[in-house]
Parts: sequence; structure tokens; C-alpha cells
Amino acid sequence: MITKLKTYLETKIEEFGRNLLDMVDGLGMITLFAGRSFYWMGKRPFRIRLLFEQLYSIGNKSMTIILLAGLFTGMVFCTQTYLGFKMINVDSLVGAIVAISLAKELAPVLTGLIVAGRAGSAMAAQIGSMKVTEQIDALEVMGINSIQYLAVPRIVAATIAVPMLSICFLFIGNLGAYLIGTTTLMIDEAMFFSKLSEFMVVADVAQGVIKATVFGFVIAVIGTYFGFQVEKGAVGVGRGTNQAVVWGMVSVLVLDYFLTTFLVKIL
Amino acid sequence: MLTFENPAISIQNVTKIFGEQTVLNELNFDIERNKITTILGFSGAGKSTLLKHILGIMNPTSGVVSVLGQDLSKLDKMELREFRRNFGMLFQYAALFDSFTAQENVAFPLKEFTKLKESEITEKVKDLLISVGIKEESFDRLPSELSGGMRKRVGLARGLALSPHIMLYDEPTTGLDPITTKMVNNLIVETATQHKDREMTSVIISHDVRATLEISDYVAFLDRGKIIEYLPVEEFKKSDKELVQEFLNL
Repeated sequence: MITKLKTYLETKIEEFGRNLLDMVDGLGMITLFAGRSFYWMGKRPFRIRLLFEQLYSIGNKSMTIILLAGLFTGMVFCTQTYLGFKMINVDSLVGAIVAISLAKELAPVLTGLIVAGRAGSAMAAQIGSMKVTEQIDALEVMGINSIQYLAVPRIVAATIAVPMLSICFLFIGNLGAYLIGTTTLMIDEAMFFSKLSEFMVVADVAQGVIKATVFGFVIAVIGTYFGFQVEKGAVGVGRGTNQAVVWGMVSVLVLDYFLTTFLVKIL
Repeated sequence: MLTFENPAISIQNVTKIFGEQTVLNELNFDIERNKITTILGFSGAGKSTLLKHILGIMNPTSGVVSVLGQDLSKLDKMELREFRRNFGMLFQYAALFDSFTAQENVAFPLKEFTKLKESEITEKVKDLLISVGIKEESFDRLPSELSGGMRKRVGLARGLALSPHIMLYDEPTTGLDPITTKMVNNLIVETATQHKDREMTSVIISHDVRATLEISDYVAFLDRGKIIEYLPVEEFKKSDKELVQEFLNL
């Protein structure tokens, strides 16, 4: 019985250790890939048309879902905050608290998660299917660097688009909070705005924008990296896409903590 | 073993080792200019690795790969990318960019690497597609709307767009029906003939022995990283090597 338990524990510890090593290895590979992408960003030719195509794909095509998510997040958050604040008679602060929370946390994080799920997965799937159908080999044989051609426009576009989407999320979220707050929860409109302008500062928005920029970069690096790692046909494309979404979302949440710790000190 | 005075491709003592596995083992052979040479071999014989060495995508563990008189190991990464424009390649499944139409696929290398005007590119693309037997009504079709044979034709037109001196064919007939196989074979021969005046060497990597013997000038047989037979096609058919005969009679 004890021997069996010992063997079981040993196997589990070994498995855990292997997974941990794989994860560290993966992080190292992603970092190297990000470095290579950085290198190729500075090299000619600069493919502006591809950049705009990706801006359209990551930015414009994510807009509807971002606006919907932002509107309802603002409305729900306003309602919940109001219920809590009313108990201690500070319901006039609802607008300010919702706006600050949206600016610093909810807008960049939820935008990051949505983009990781929508655009990050699409990047991995597109590049992965190009890999298994030898389209990437075709690029390389022609003398075109596949990282420069496929990864760089996506990474630059996501780094630009995600903060913009985050600002849209923030705006529409505040609009949702305002609508619910002033029409359903009967918060005084003048009070809503005066407290908002009293407590919210530019640094709150800046913190969210910086976070969203980092998230955009990381999501695109992860999405394209897992696309390039795809092997073994359709199954591989599915696995790569899945990994891109999981790693992308986890990275957003983990990075959020470290960025918050860092940004509250400097802003 | 055949040697040539001024070969298009020269492989000298090339060894490639992955971990503990030797994939290419002190490989020595030349590929004659302006001829069609086929490299035959079973799966896992090292054919794809050899192809990657010829393209400079992979470096040998030891030995020298020279293409058109240029030692590839002497080129830095950027020079190597430039040098690859001497190659055209037809992939096994054509490897067309699936978001581009047939003509956009062929125009792609011209847009990337030449300073031709849009109208000149359109004209050249039209000529190339017609030369490989694609009709005008198919020019705007996506790869998914083309048959396997048509995709190969478009892939070949794209490979020829930059007028390469070496045209590589990776398993061009594997998995195709007999009629499409014949069509692809004819296409390879026609391409080699059409471009002979400006010097074009064709290298076919395949394990489809019947299809490739019909069109090759020379045949090399690769087994476990070594060329065990390399002869003009008629002599190759009479090879006394047991493995070659076994392969020919499959």
C-alpha cells in the first residue's frame, strides 16, 4: 500500500516537474520569438498594406463585440456598485468608481481577453494552416522571411489596435453606467459627473492604455508563435489555436498583476 | 558515379547529423546544368533534407553545397535570401497562398522582388498562366476553387515567375491520378524545354519511380543518406544494384 502510494506520488511529482519545465521552456521560446520579431520589425521592406489589413482584422472586426461587452460590463458594474454603495450612503460615487475601475482594470483586461479569444486564435489558425500546407515554406524558398511577412504586421497591428479598442470599451462602458445610473438607479446626473471629474485623473486612463498596449503585443506574439509551431495537419492546427487562446488569456491575467504593481508606483 | 565539369549543383562530402541520427552521410554528387535530374529514394532516405540543403534552408554538419558555382556556406543570411531567387519550386500540394487568386499568387514574387509596373506584372502573369495551360476564366479563382492539376499549374507558374535557373519539384506526381500525373510530367518537360535557352536545371525529388523515369535525363538513388546509384536514365533502368531493381519493380 505504502509502496503504491510512494510510486503514485513520485509519478505525480515527476509529471508536475516535467510540465513546469515545459512551461519554462515554452516561455523561453516565446521570448526568443518576440526578440526575432522585434529584429524584423526594424528591417525593410515595411509592409504597410499588410499592417492595415491586420488593423482592420484585429481592430475593426473586434469592434462590435467590444462595444457590446463594454456596454453591458458598465451597466452591470454600475448596478452592483450602486447596491453596495447605497448601504453606506455614498451612491453619488458610483459614476467615479465605475469609471476608474473600467479605465484601470476592466477595459484593458476584458479587451485583452476578448482579443486573445478572437484575434489570437485566428492568428494561430491562419499561420498554422499555412504551415501545414507548406505556404510558409513557399515564402522562405522565395527569399521572404516568414516572421517579417506574417508575424510582424500582426504584432504591430495588435499593439496599436488593442489600446484603441480598450478606449472604446472604456467609453461605452461609462455610457452604459451613466444610462443605467441616471435612468434606472436614479443617481443624480450632476452628482454622477461632478464626482467623476473630481476623482478620475488622466493617469487612470494612461494606466489602462499602457496595459492594453502590452496585452496587445503579448497576445499577438503568442498567437503567431503557436501558429508557427503547428505540426501534424488539422489536429495540430486545432491544438495550436487552443494553446494560443489559453496562453494568451493566462498571460493577460498574470501580466495584469505585475503591470498594476509597477504602474501604481510610477503613475 | 557521374561527375560534371561545370555542374549547376555540387554536393561535396555533405554530412547532416540530427542528434544521434545521420541523415546525410558523406554525400558526393553533381547535378548537370540544363538537364532534368531526379533524386529517387524511399521515405526517410534523406530526400527532403537534401532539398533543404540545396535551398540553403539547412546547413550541413560538414561538407560543402555549391549552387551555380556559389558555396552557400559563404553567404550570410541576407545574401542567401537574395540568392534563393535563383530557385523556383513546385511543392507537392502546390502551396498556393489560399487567400490569393491564381493570378495574385503568380504576381506575388514579381511584386515583392521586381520593380515592374502594375501593367507589366499583369501582362507577365497572364503569359505565365497561359504558358502552363490556365485559361483566362480561371485567373481570378482562389486555390480552393481550382482542381489539383490546376493548382500544380499555377504553382509552377509562380515558381517560374522570377525566371529561376534551378527549378525544384518536390514529389510532383505523388498521389495524383494517372491523367494528372501525365499532365504534370508533360508540364515539367515543356518547362525545361521552353526555358533551355536561358539555362534552367530541373531537379525532381520523388519516390514515384514510374512517373519520373519517363522524363528524367539522370537519376540518382538515395538510400540512408548515401547516393548508391547515379546514372543516365537508360543506364539507371539496367542498374545491377539490388535495391535499385527492387525499387524499380515495385
